[in-house]
Amino acid sequence: MVLVYAEATNGEFKKVAHEVIVYGKQTADVLGTECHALVLGDAPGAEGLGKYGAAKVHRISSPHLEGFDAAVYTVAITEAAKQLGATVIVVPHNSTGKNITGRLAARLEAGSVAGANAVPMMKDGYFTVTKPVFSGKAFADVQVLTDVKVISLAGNSIPVTEAGGDAPVVELSVEPPAPKTKVINHQVATGRTPLPEAELVVSGGRGLKGPENWAVIEDLADALGATTACSRPVADSDWRPHHEHVGQTGVAIRPNLYIAAGISGAIQHLAGVNNSKTIVVINKDPDAPFFKAADYGVVGDLFDVLPRLTEAVKKYKGQ
Amino acid sequence: MKLLVCVSKTPETTTKIQLTSDGTEIDTTGVQYIMNPYDEWYALVRALELKEAAGGTVTILNVGPADNDPVIRKGLAIGADDAVRIDVTEEKDSLFTARQIAEFARGKDFDLILFGKETISYNGSEVGAMVAEFLDLPYVGDAIGLEVEGTQATVTRDIEGGDEVIEVQTPIALSAAKGMAEQRIPNMRGIMMAKRKPLEVVQAVDFPDTTRVASYQKPAEKGSVKLIEPDNMDELVRLLHEEAKVI
Ligand SMILES: Cc1cc2nc3c(=O)[nH]c(=O)nc-3n(C[C@H](O)[C@H](O)[C@H](O)COP(=O)(O)OP(=O)(O)OC[C@H]3O[C@@H](n4cnc5c(N)ncnc54)[C@H](O)[C@@H]3O)c2cc1C
Ligand SMILES: Nc1ncnc2c1ncn2[C@@H]1O[C@H](COP(=O)(O)O)[C@@H](O)[C@H]1O
Repeated sequence: MVLVYAEATNGEFKKVAHEVIVYGKQTADVLGTECHALVLGDAPGAEGLGKYGAAKVHRISSPHLEGFDAAVYTVAITEAAKQLGATVIVVPHNSTGKNITGRLAARLEAGSVAGANAVPMMKDGYFTVTKPVFSGKAFADVQVLTDVKVISLAGNSIPVTEAGGDAPVVELSVEPPAPKTKVINHQVATGRTPLPEAELVVSGGRGLKGPENWAVIEDLADALGATTACSRPVADSDWRPHHEHVGQTGVAIRPNLYIAAGISGAIQHLAGVNNSKTIVVINKDPDAPFFKAADYGVVGDLFDVLPRLTEAVKKYKGQ
Repeated sequence: MKLLVCVSKTPETTTKIQLTSDGTEIDTTGVQYIMNPYDEWYALVRALELKEAAGGTVTILNVGPADNDPVIRKGLAIGADDAVRIDVTEEKDSLFTARQIAEFARGKDFDLILFGKETISYNGSEVGAMVAEFLDLPYVGDAIGLEVEGTQATVTRDIEGGDEVIEVQTPIALSAAKGMAEQRIPNMRGIMMAKRKPLEVVQAVDFPDTTRVASYQKPAEKGSVKLIEPDNMDELVRLLHEEAKVI
């Protein structure tokens, strides 16, 4: 059985939860087994996870699951996996997943693939999972050699589709230990979708000349409903916050659309963004290396092109 | 304070990744290696700052072959007191690496074990969490802030669209992300001193492989870029909608 940890963010199941279940269901199909979802703590609407492919939803309720503690969540998930006889455990490769994938693998002495971007396949008799390596400069086909396997799924890797109906929700009796960490502050900016989850991204580089010029980026992002990003020197100069820095030493993203304005396209920048489905590059230098990695290019002054593009998007949306 | 910083080695960031002709390995001909930036810029530097403020020692640890010694020496040049390399003939998977680190650190009373957010080669973000589980320590991944007073650590971690502040008693393990510290460039004195600092080589413990890379692929090459005139942004929007189907 494939057991998928369906994360609820503030009590709500979002795209990350749906993605891992669709992935878990496809994995279960490859193995000829069922996909079950695991919910930690209270979250209304868990039965709805059935629509994405969960045959059953298991829920563990405990006051110890209220704030996120990686060690506590790990015990809850491994105990559930043992009780249910799961052979594959799937979690999202987001900030939660990055804290637990390794712990799950260590606790179960299981082979793990962190940041998988494709559904596992049986190849040469081995359970094989593909993941990006070298920040997207290559992909590795990883064979998992243990009976139990742990996979974390990179965001935006597989399309979410709805198929079945609601799934039964059953309580699982597991008593996770008390957390040793205490969350004293939790702050999430409302507004734009967080960068790792964003489907549309508008990004600015040193060509913007200074932080006071960011309105052209923000306006286009607003018109599209996109998230903003930047190149490393822009974050290093404090023109923009660090969490907007994309690339090999920043956030690696794979949105459907990445629009880069005033970014030259250095190899370290490309490494974090070249798995985007469609790339649009706006640069006044026709020889900028980024054009080689782009699907669509506009050679021109970004201060002229971006407002025009924003107007065109508004016009299209107004239709 | 007794601090352990785990460092790995990765190809220099401008490296173009080439595969061997059968695609089963990375072609390492001519590849230059560096210390993984997250380990060097953030984990190591924050450890040194804490030591400078409160006293103690900073040990760096690498699991790898003797070829890694120059990378380890760089950590000593930046300011670590001593170094340990757990000797393996070739680099193995994360669980193997984590087991080596855990067996070394067990019983040595490190207050903090610091990792980088991820290696920029295998991008796992796993080794730190694995070590924490083997040693039954609390772990905070993607930390962008770390303050320690006595045994009380306050860690700020990156989460999607925001951050979270966590209080926890040491000993703990954590991984450092951008924002934690500012990169330090080793100076001549540091480089000279590094030559005389101890680098101990330790035997690896047996642990089976749990994963194996069977083959690699390169991403599909992009076709040539379609250029659109700056005064024709309606056309770009049309293409994004009708051809690329992304809006
Ligand atoms: C170890 C290491 C790790 C790194 N990691 C990263 C990383 O993760 N992410 C990252 O981004 N970088 C990274 N870098 C830095 C990288 O090498 C480049 O220096 C950086 O990406 C350049 O940023 P940029 O494109 O914004 O600036 P520049 O290279 O200065 O390019 C600015 C571009 O804007 C164009 N431009 C200027 N004015 C206009 C205008 N008015 N209209 C249109 N176009 C205009 C110019 O033609 C130029 O192409 C790393 C470097 C190292 C050494
Ligand atoms: N071979 C190694 N030796 C020592 N530390 C390592 C090694 N590999 C990874 N690490 C540490 O674990 C962190 C996370 O690595 P990874 O799980 O590969 O992304 C790195 O940033 C290092 O701090």
